[in-house]
Amino acid sequence: MALDSMQEIFEKMQEGQKPFWKVVQDTDVEERQVSPEASFEKMRMTWKAMLETVDTYRGDLRSLSGLVGGDGQRMAEFAASGKALAGDYLSQVITLALCTAESNACMRKIVAAPTAGACGVLPAVLIPLYRQEVPEEEIVQGLYVAAGIGAVIAYRACIAGASGGCQAEIGSASAMAAGTLTAIRGGSAEQIGHATAMALKNLMGLVCDPVAGLVEVPCVKRNVVGAVNAASCADMALAGIESRIPVDQVIDCMGDVGHRMPEEFRETALGGLAATPMGQMVKQQMEERK
Amino acid sequence: MLDIFDILGPVMVGPSSSHTAGAVRIGRMARTLLGGAPVKADIGLYGSFAETGRGHGTDRALVAGVLGMRPDDLRIPQSFELAKEEGLDFYIHPIQLREAHPNTVVLKLRRADGNELMLQAASVGGGRIRVDKLNGVEVQFTGDLNTLVVQHQDVAGKVADETRELSNAGINIATMSLWRDRRGGDALIVIETDQKVSEAVRQKILDLPDVKRLTYYEKEED
Repeated sequence: MALDSMQEIFEKMQEGQKPFWKVVQDTDVEERQVSPEASFEKMRMTWKAMLETVDTYRGDLRSLSGLVGGDGQRMAEFAASGKALAGDYLSQVITLALCTAESNACMRKIVAAPTAGACGVLPAVLIPLYRQEVPEEEIVQGLYVAAGIGAVIAYRACIAGASGGCQAEIGSASAMAAGTLTAIRGGSAEQIGHATAMALKNLMGLVCDPVAGLVEVPCVKRNVVGAVNAASCADMALAGIESRIPVDQVIDCMGDVGHRMPEEFRETALGGLAATPMGQMVKQQMEERK
Repeated sequence: MLDIFDILGPVMVGPSSSHTAGAVRIGRMARTLLGGAPVKADIGLYGSFAETGRGHGTDRALVAGVLGMRPDDLRIPQSFELAKEEGLDFYIHPIQLREAHPNTVVLKLRRADGNELMLQAASVGGGRIRVDKLNGVEVQFTGDLNTLVVQHQDVAGKVADETRELSNAGINIATMSLWRDRRGGDALIVIETDQKVSEAVRQKILDLPDVKRLTYYEKEED
């Protein structure tokens, strides 16, 4: 049993009268030959690790290059001042995406979701819900939804920047987060599909162009765009707005766009922002420090 | 298919699953296969590991793995200092290889008793690794399963003798590969198993005639 398409998950939900998360858990139980309880406990530990990252965030940490650090704290302080355009939920989302992605760049402990570079998206949209008293159990169930969507994307397309650009990393993370939010808010199978499809479509074509090849610029801030995009797509889906292109076709399309993407835009640090004069200067400074 | 905890995971110290988490795993794999603490480590970096390794902490991650740390160990950034405390002398340098994966490292480790190990491995994405060369012999295994590496004289019947011991112990073989440097020379068998291989079974295999060396890597439980 494998998760080859979103359609297949929807059919299994229908057949077994099961929620999305349960179909994914069944797959894990089958694949790894573990009990449902052991599977759930492992997912709960994954959630605990996401929480630990933001609980131990420190604004004074800097990355190895010195380019990244402190922005999570800056955003938190601004949000607390009451001047932010975004409301309470989105302000927290922006802050938490920065805190997690910065922690990654500063060699702190994170959960790759689906990659280390995109680790901030999923915790950023879930932790505010948890703080608003969505029970842990429902959040952990949500992580199964995320993993299921990610598994389908990994199977049909790709989740690595080196394979398909940033759309495969932040785009996939955003699609996983959008589907998860929709599921947690009580959306139907169709709505989960629409949210996933819309989130992936909105970031399609995004290139992977890390300055000096480091998971720092523009990666940290792109976690913010992935998270905010996920929230808006979940809300659209829950409002009854539909993706005109079916979700599995969107996933296939993302994979196709990724494979056609020039090598310069697939984590080689040869194009995009990495190739700007400033990007080149940073690279040179890093080489001199070698 | 991918384990769903490869999608949500690994839990790891950043910043890169391939350049950091994978590097820790390679270092740890080498230490395990060496079968003890090394006092000397020669670390050759190739391709992207050499190019952007420093900014990703690949160098520190490899040393952390050689010290026995796992990818989620918060001491990874301090591994150079810890190596000094634990008496590990290491040397990191770029190398040239032909037709290797862009994220490749060649590790040469030595124990205090003189036992040595040479391992060439690649970090192939998402923190997953692949060992490409072991003590000069081309191999291919990932550490996703329990892995038994047996070095023996290339004579008839060795593979049957070794696998019989596993069969007697009720251990199922998932994959198996055999390499040799030349006819009658050193042969290397890599057996990936579903079950753990106990110390007693390993000793039985090691006691077989013409078996020279046995190393074992147990799948990471997290």
